[in-house]
Amino acid sequence: MIRTKMTRLALPAALAAAMIASCGRQAAETATAPAETPAETASAEAPPPASTPVEANMTPAPPAEGELVEVLLCDNETKTTAVADGTREGGQAIADELMTQWKRKNPDAGWIDAELAMHQVKPPADNKDVVGKGQGSTYSRITEMDAALWAQETYKLAVEGSTIFHSGDKLGSTIAVSCDMCHPDASNTHPETYPKFQEQLGQVAMLRDMINWCIEHPVRGERLDPDSAEMRALEAYIIAQRQGTPLQYGKR
Amino acid sequence: MTRRWFHKSVETKYYEERDAVFNALPRLDRRSFMHVSAAAAAAAAANGVSFNFHSFTPVSVAKAQDTGAGGFTFAYISDSHLYERTVNDRFVRSLMRAVDDINRLDPKPDFVLYGGDLAQLGAPAELELGSQILKAVQAPVRMMVGEHDWYLDMGEKWRDLFGAPTYSFDHKGVHFVVLNSVIEKDFWTERNMTPEQRMQTVAGLDNGVQSRFEVGAEQRQWLADDLAKISAATPVIVFSHSPLYKYYKPWNFWTDDADEVQAILARFNQVTVIHGHTHQMLTNRIGNIDFHGMLSTAWPWPYAPEGLPSLTVQMSRPNPFDMHDGLGDGRVMVDPAGLVDKLYNLWNRNPVEVTASYLRGDKSAAPAKPNLVSY
Repeated sequence: MIRTKMTRLALPAALAAAMIASCGRQAAETATAPAETPAETASAEAPPPASTPVEANMTPAPPAEGELVEVLLCDNETKTTAVADGTREGGQAIADELMTQWKRKNPDAGWIDAELAMHQVKPPADNKDVVGKGQGSTYSRITEMDAALWAQETYKLAVEGSTIFHSGDKLGSTIAVSCDMCHPDASNTHPETYPKFQEQLGQVAMLRDMINWCIEHPVRGERLDPDSAEMRALEAYIIAQRQGTPLQYGKR
Repeated sequence: MTRRWFHKSVETKYYEERDAVFNALPRLDRRSFMHVSAAAAAAAAANGVSFNFHSFTPVSVAKAQDTGAGGFTFAYISDSHLYERTVNDRFVRSLMRAVDDINRLDPKPDFVLYGGDLAQLGAPAELELGSQILKAVQAPVRMMVGEHDWYLDMGEKWRDLFGAPTYSFDHKGVHFVVLNSVIEKDFWTERNMTPEQRMQTVAGLDNGVQSRFEVGAEQRQWLADDLAKISAATPVIVFSHSPLYKYYKPWNFWTDDADEVQAILARFNQVTVIHGHTHQMLTNRIGNIDFHGMLSTAWPWPYAPEGLPSLTVQMSRPNPFDMHDGLGDGRVMVDPAGLVDKLYNLWNRNPVEVTASYLRGDKSAAPAKPNLVSY
């Protein structure tokens, strides 16, 4: 008899551990700076571990050994059936199978690797110096996990910015012009010099004002909403590429 | 995505208003004409368009004319990166401006070098458009190939239009060589790229998937054979799209086998390399070889973060509010001994001449330093 047992709230601890371990391994395999994989799988797919409150009556009993169990991924769609054997290897096999299925359904999941193969994006601060100190996101000491999460989420935004920066289509150019044509690797953009007075704009410009001016004129596209996801990503990429440059606001 | 509205750039508005004026002209008497043209000029000025009435006025006119005693001049246009006219009219107009410049040169150039990257994505329509525009050049045109011309069909259309990319010729005692220096090792097969993807990859200057440029063993052998008949005293001028030295690898401001090519050229007393690709004023001298870059007509590149040859006098950082700043064309003066003075005709700026005597240590001949450099 197949007993449909799993909900996303009740993965066995062994399986949860195996999935997290699997994510961690992928992170180690991704050579380029802070790995993106954990963030992506963590947000898209891995079960929210102990932090989600679980009502007591929703917690099913662990499956008996040898019982056939259907395991549902946290997207509530992807599932697999396996024999519960209570071993770490068994849990890993289930996680691998779910991951394979999920990747097949989400072929763009590798966009970060694809972008980084083409364009270098400088990594953010790793915050290793604060690990073990102060208060982290869980109100305890800052862990390596905290620092890794901060770095990878920040990095992801900058990498997304790189995809827009290098695409006339994503920028909405009407003449097939993208930012990198004049600014390879975001050179000559000087984000550290803003705000500064731009006489041609008749005002003190922030970086986003100059980005919008460029989108409107050399790129001949439509101005972005300054709070749009695209603008935030573009700013992140441009600033990332000047990592280590001292701020000099107002500099020409 | 549908666009609810579209904010027109100064450039777009200017050309729309200009078209409106010209369309209205046939319907006007003289008095209305004066009225309309004054209004159009005022509108354009209000839009922030700056007009450029003069264009090509060399500073050292006397020197340029001295070359009459056995020397000669040739002109260059380079890196126009044309899309089809319906996709991008700006780059098309820029190339036409350069052709106009060259046709008004006095003295007339003996020939015009086109420095490569005529097309942006190597499309047959782009190359045909470029070929059509270049037919308006009055002097004979010598073509060189760039990577943007090549990687859609591996040069098939370009060769149809312009012939072999590697050739040599003699002109007034100087031996000229034209190379295809943008050969890249196959990065596309293992990635299952379409020709369009391959072209798009090479078209991205900071795209690290592509390989580094090289002249390659086959052309190096050709070069050695071609030069074998020439005496060491003969001046040699080489045209290559990429600089035939190593400036900045990540952007292919670089030729991977530059050292081997330089070695082939080492036995000559006087060698000059004129290259495109870098879209900036760029000067170098290695051993017996002088190197000069060419300006683009499409967009300027920033100076690379490292590796800039110390002899280079930079052009000031281009002003983004002036869409032709940092762009242009130019001219090369060859004296009877084969020494080369190189003129950068920067649109909307004073021209800058980089002379052979500056490259040979005469500090008094140094071009003016820029007042605003890349940083």
